[in-house]
Amino acid sequence: MNSEPKKIVAPLNDIVLKNLNAGDTVLLSGVIITGRDAAHKKMVDLINSGNDLPFSIKGEVIYYVGPTPAPPGRPIGAAGPTTSYRMDQYAPVLIERGLKGMIGKGRRSEEVKEAMKKWGAVYFAAIGGTGALMSRCIKEAEVIAWEELGPEAVRRLVVEDMPLIVATDMYGGDLYVTGPEKFSSRE
Amino acid sequence: MRTILTDDITAAVRNLCIQACTILGEDVIKRITDALGAEKSPTGRMALEKIIENAQIAATENIPLCQDTGMAVIFLEIGQDVHVAGGSLNEAINEGVRQGYEDGYLRKSTLDPITRINLGDNTPAVIHTEIVPGDKFKITFAPKGFGSENMSRVMMFPPSAGIEGAKDFIVQRVIESGGNPCPPIVVGVGLGGTFEKSAIMAKKALLRPLGSRNPDPTLDELEKELLKKINATGIGPMGLGGNTTALAVHINSYPTHIASLPVAVNIQCHSCRHAEAIL
Repeated sequence: MNSEPKKIVAPLNDIVLKNLNAGDTVLLSGVIITGRDAAHKKMVDLINSGNDLPFSIKGEVIYYVGPTPAPPGRPIGAAGPTTSYRMDQYAPVLIERGLKGMIGKGRRSEEVKEAMKKWGAVYFAAIGGTGALMSRCIKEAEVIAWEELGPEAVRRLVVEDMPLIVATDMYGGDLYVTGPEKFSSRE
Repeated sequence: MRTILTDDITAAVRNLCIQACTILGEDVIKRITDALGAEKSPTGRMALEKIIENAQIAATENIPLCQDTGMAVIFLEIGQDVHVAGGSLNEAINEGVRQGYEDGYLRKSTLDPITRINLGDNTPAVIHTEIVPGDKFKITFAPKGFGSENMSRVMMFPPSAGIEGAKDFIVQRVIESGGNPCPPIVVGVGLGGTFEKSAIMAKKALLRPLGSRNPDPTLDELEKELLKKINATGIGPMGLGGNTTALAVHINSYPTHIASLPVAVNIQCHSCRHAEAIL
């Protein structure tokens, strides 16, 4: 792991993407979108039925998060990552359609990793449970689709210096595999 | 006979919801700080540092520790000399949950299991009631996030599996859970009893202060052995590799049937939140 975090800006371009390797720490700024279980189902249902999405996912980074309600004076409440494997069945379709980054926690399936390699995308791990800390990095938040989903609605976020770890890169490197192997001391 | 009013119960539950979701116990922060000193993985150290920083921000800015403010799990210890007056006890508790989640800007995550439609106020709570001697009324509120709850399991072993079978199952459960439950985790174990008794024991084990010893010397030894085995897996903070996979293993046991060995594993994320009040 490189000790100095790389500063990157979303939406992501291919040059930035190619320079990210599993184990790197990054500080992400820029504009990202959010979506979790129900929103993913809606997105993929729309795509499969030949319809357009109400927002673009090309070049975008999607954050798997269902925040708490925003208290007065704040754009958003606590906003840490949710477990990513529940989005695994939907992610390859979105990656094929141009999604370049995902932020969540926990390992991804082989199918997702294959899609990341084929189409070029990176998976960032945020520190699970750090909802208050992550909230501080979110400067603006607005619901852009499916308000009726409440915490699962799709939001557009403006973020600043979000601390993330590159968990899986576009070359197949996966810190969820190599990290535990390196530190295992089982007999 | 001592009378306790349902209005007081509602007020207490409301406050406990907000308190538990924003303030991480000193015992948990101390265990994480200790772990940070021993963690060899740079990624792991970063994760532990951020977890401590998160707890400080949550407490000072009055914002939830985690966006998953959980399903409301409530343990009641009701003295047998207590009389609850003023209405339904369950309704008083649920009203407290309703108010706490609304007033504290906490996320409401309960929904209908079939339609998946959100019920809108984070009720009903899951309430476990124990009748104890005396005239006190103790409420413990433990909001449970489901990143870790989903990783929990109950296994009904045949007696031949023995304690070795139970140990393998517990360690294997942690390995299979990987980074999903937000390690470093606390592993609650219920050994024996029946199917449901084991699960409730495992959940209640999560309430014990971190760093405390099990009063039963056999279980105390078992806890230490399992913690060592779990931390040797290398899973580490967030599953990204390291020496700190679990902060503690807590075991409760109960006699069981000649035909079985129930083993329940309830996994708790590092945000080991709970708050209690005695009325």
